[in-house]
Amino acid sequence: MNKSESGGSYSLSQLQALESEAIFIIREVVAELEHPALMFSGGKDSIVMLHLAAKAFAPARIPFPVLHIDTGHNFVEVLQVRDQLVAELGVNLVVGSVQDAIDRGLVQEEPSGSRNRLQTRVLLDTAEKYGYNALMGGARRDEEKARAKERIFSFRDDFGQWDPKNQRPELWNLFNTRVHLGESIRVFPISNWTELDIWSYIAQEGITVPSIYYAHVREVFERNGMLFGVHEVCQPHANEPTFMETVRYRTVGDASLTAAVRSEAVTAQEIVVEVAATRITERGATRGDDQVSEAAMEDRKKEGYF
Amino acid sequence: MDLLRFATAGSVDDGKSTLIGRMLYDSKSIFSDQLESIEKTSRERGDEYTDLALLTDGLRAEREQGITIDVAYRYFSTPKRKFIIADTPGHIQYTRNMVTGASTADAAIVLVDARKGLSEQSRRHTFLVSLLQVPHLILAINKMDLVDWSEEVYESIRSEFVDFAAKLDISDLTVIPVSALQGDNVVDASANMPWYKGSTLLHHLETVHIASDRNLVDVRFPVQYVIRPHQSSHHDYRGYAGQVCGGVLRVGDEVVVLPSGMPTRIAAIYAPSGPVESAFAPMSVTICLEDDVDVSRGDMICRQNNRPTVAQDIDAMICWMGSTPLEPGQRLAIKHTTRNARALVQELQYELNINTLHRNSAAVDLKLNEIGRVRLRTTMPLLADEYRRNRQTGGFVLIDEANNNTVAAGMIVNAN
Repeated sequence: MNKSESGGSYSLSQLQALESEAIFIIREVVAELEHPALMFSGGKDSIVMLHLAAKAFAPARIPFPVLHIDTGHNFVEVLQVRDQLVAELGVNLVVGSVQDAIDRGLVQEEPSGSRNRLQTRVLLDTAEKYGYNALMGGARRDEEKARAKERIFSFRDDFGQWDPKNQRPELWNLFNTRVHLGESIRVFPISNWTELDIWSYIAQEGITVPSIYYAHVREVFERNGMLFGVHEVCQPHANEPTFMETVRYRTVGDASLTAAVRSEAVTAQEIVVEVAATRITERGATRGDDQVSEAAMEDRKKEGYF
Repeated sequence: MDLLRFATAGSVDDGKSTLIGRMLYDSKSIFSDQLESIEKTSRERGDEYTDLALLTDGLRAEREQGITIDVAYRYFSTPKRKFIIADTPGHIQYTRNMVTGASTADAAIVLVDARKGLSEQSRRHTFLVSLLQVPHLILAINKMDLVDWSEEVYESIRSEFVDFAAKLDISDLTVIPVSALQGDNVVDASANMPWYKGSTLLHHLETVHIASDRNLVDVRFPVQYVIRPHQSSHHDYRGYAGQVCGGVLRVGDEVVVLPSGMPTRIAAIYAPSGPVESAFAPMSVTICLEDDVDVSRGDMICRQNNRPTVAQDIDAMICWMGSTPLEPGQRLAIKHTTRNARALVQELQYELNINTLHRNSAAVDLKLNEIGRVRLRTTMPLLADEYRRNRQTGGFVLIDEANNNTVAAGMIVNAN
């Protein structure tokens, strides 16, 4: 074990402490809930989750499937890494398709073109179809103020909804995993990690993440003060000139509304330095959907969003 | 860099949210888009100054009512440490939320208003810190700017508090005079209080020694999950996964598995980083044993001559969190380490008034947010230590099986 500055030989670094906590949580899900799945988008947080899950059960395989709610608005680099990791680890990938739900008339495309909100219905339907009663996600409390209030084991009623005023007390590491038939639990093993912890861990462990997280030259245009990459589903309007810029993505979500940031960071270590110095939050810098209202995330979560 | 978890207790009136806001702001941990967002909200509401409480009050209902309802977690780091703040509500009706925040804390900050001195609320918070055995307590005497930075005021509150704390189980107490609004002694030392020679709040949090707070003496390894690969490459592999709750486990150590009492040796220890020679709390590891003994979830690996009590009769302090009262005769589910059982509430010994510390033996029930001492009989033996000795093997939760709500936090006083 590494010696930390203040501790001596029987102490853990903050990354080791967070890693052990997350592994304990993932194991607890598998020990106590019969039908878990891990939500996996190919984004950095879910890749870290998959890495932790592999460690939690080594040398055995990861004993649950991974679930991707596919908006259809993807970055191709992200899907490549998703498929590569799934193949390497030998896990079963289940895809819930928003496009498919639109085609079947289950959900309707929103005027904005964003499919973020549509994911909720597809997630709930897919979980019901496969009988998952525990969904692990890579949400972090530092991302957003409603998430800062959510439990690690977050109970959902039989409509998949979150009731922020009536959360189960969560004491020590004694997690209450009990659910009745039809109800479920969302579990957030990396709740206590920050964006900086994630990148420090990616650098320390040498974890592969999609190339668009690193600085590259891309054709972009400016909208609402943010830089959007030109993409099949993200086209500039007539008054939005495009130009070439060295950028990277801090988050990867629905490609129609995820913005890039100016950056020269081409390695995980350089991103650690950049994130440590940044003055803007990750969602504030890159997500069009969170700027809608003060309580946008809380409202989405109550409906069953991750 | 290591990790320190601390809880803050106090109400909006004591300036708790302002204090946290100040710590985040002065340590440059507030992001500009967050600041812009709360500045905008404050302006729209017509506040005279930017309300830093908006940073932590994340729920719509909290912002509407201007109160903290639930624990919020905040994160910041300095070059020395990463910090996790559990920001807990102060009002008595949210005692359960403060207990939740304190259960995992290494340190707790209790805030008092220098103009008002110790209140019923600060005594209650201090008692809860003691009950939950939070290792380090910091009394922050806030609003010193409103008492002319008076050393006499500080000294009188300090000595009254020290006398009160002496009646409780507080192992480490630090008293710091601050002004959260102006920033004195929060991150930067105060020029207004040259008579105070101690650390600033942040410096204290950065340097308080926490490595010895864990129990490194009594080996306790509750088995969480048994790993059996079912792959030809690992045909005979059986690993016992879990998080170390106490002591130091080493490869080659003689150990016993409880409750069976079967002796064996540790053959290998796998940490997240790979094979290691030793493991200690709070590492999540997988242990392989030399002999093929029967081990399952809920069992515990410990040393031959240092074992927890194997007990079905449990005396414990509990904080009741259910909306309907606890009464003797009730049957509840209990979760203790990785073991699930059922428990019968045999006796309510007394209800403790958390403001006066008076023990009411005539109490017939425990209502929401009340604390009392009970005797439980469990359907299967627990592998238990006193909570004072080990927070992991001494703590438990009670669950109402009808609605699956967590209805009590329990701290074992005595097991036999």
